[in-house]
Amino acid sequence: MDASFDVTKHTLVPKHSKLTVEQVTKLIGEYNISIEQLPRILKSDPAIKTLDPEVGDVIEIERKSPTIGKAKYYRMVMNG
Amino acid sequence: MSEEIIKKYEGKIPAPMMEEVKLALKEKKLTKTQLETVFTRLEEKYRNARIQPGEAIGIITAESFGEPGTQMTLRTFHFAGVAEVNVTLGLPRLIEIFDARKEPSTPLMIIHLNKPYNKEEKHLEKIIAQIKEIRVYEILNEVSINLLRLQVEFVLNKKRMKELGIVEEETAKIIKDSLKTAEITEKDGRYTASPKNKEAGLPGLYTLKEKIKEVKIKGIDGIQEVIPKMDNNEILLLASGSNLKEVFKIAEVDASNTITNNIFEVAKNLGIEAARETIIAEASKVISEQGLDIDIRHIMFIADLMTVRGEIKGVTRSGITEEKESVLARASFETPIKHLINASLTGEVDYLNSVVENVMINQPIPLGTGLPSLITKLSKEKKK
Repeated sequence: MDASFDVTKHTLVPKHSKLTVEQVTKLIGEYNISIEQLPRILKSDPAIKTLDPEVGDVIEIERKSPTIGKAKYYRMVMNG
Repeated sequence: MSEEIIKKYEGKIPAPMMEEVKLALKEKKLTKTQLETVFTRLEEKYRNARIQPGEAIGIITAESFGEPGTQMTLRTFHFAGVAEVNVTLGLPRLIEIFDARKEPSTPLMIIHLNKPYNKEEKHLEKIIAQIKEIRVYEILNEVSINLLRLQVEFVLNKKRMKELGIVEEETAKIIKDSLKTAEITEKDGRYTASPKNKEAGLPGLYTLKEKIKEVKIKGIDGIQEVIPKMDNNEILLLASGSNLKEVFKIAEVDASNTITNNIFEVAKNLGIEAARETIIAEASKVISEQGLDIDIRHIMFIADLMTVRGEIKGVTRSGITEEKESVLARASFETPIKHLINASLTGEVDYLNSVVENVMINQPIPLGTGLPSLITKLSKEKKK
């Protein structure tokens, strides 16, 4: 591995993907929340570097959960 | 036949439970109705076992940690296994994780190697030499202070250098480059370092001597010891000291499996989700090592809370407590006067949405049976 090791290949890093505007509307409608209420992820987070995130984007994270198998988690991109 | 029923219930019960049912099905033959009953019962059980809305899960987590916590070792150090790597265990480590200390007291990396290096021992020495930090004192034969000439003299151990694969000329150059305050000359393998500033006198010489000993020749900063270990027919390297970024750069290292116990380093190099995984893994490790059993959901809950802001916050007054919206809730934890004064100075408003602040002013709390009042309000609005 050279200096540009792809962190998304690391076993600890779950799959991150950016939601489209429609998907975000559906999500916040389903849970009846605003995106400000979502947990955050920093814009500089190494795991989402390749997604080219903007502040206010919603990132979907597909976690491997020991209790329910696969779990989806959402984070809003914030400055930092 | 049975596949149909399985498909019907997929998503209704958790995947690990489904796997268990499938495994059991292989051994036992069940009729369609029997299988249907199994699934309906299972679903019912699962639904009943779920936490109900308004349940105070925070305090359940706190108590689930609190009781077994009293049985943990208070002693800090322990030699783990034969590898003799010093690791902090028990309560001190748990506090370290949940307080989110920047540096663990015993940083530890588990380095995986790429094929074929993870099977063959012959490459090990070379790889370890690349990782382990080597400073001058490790390859010194002798070092002395010449009081007459006011200089430091030292001789390098040629045999040791050869073992570690270090070229003497390079070493001499590194030492020269890193010591700006002294003149270094060599004669017949004997090095002399004389300080440029002669005024410093004896104390100056002593500091110079210590400086020479601490010069880093090769390896990765912060990694003091590397020990190979066999695990499942694979050679692993245990490194005391942690530096993910530099270790990832080494070609023989399988970066995608290499882990560290330094949570902040994981967050910085692999992101917040990986840090959350590390918190869970480290905390579960401590708990199981102590022979205790705390449900993983509690650990996951704390890890989620610690990473909810996109960066790691400890369970301290400067960490997750600081994030609370209510002034009274913050004040109820630690340093109440500071919070109350600041809130009054900035004119903060407390909406009394949560538990502690309502307890403080003697109002019903929005929990359990205190929560549904919200639902009544909603239905009234709809009628209008």
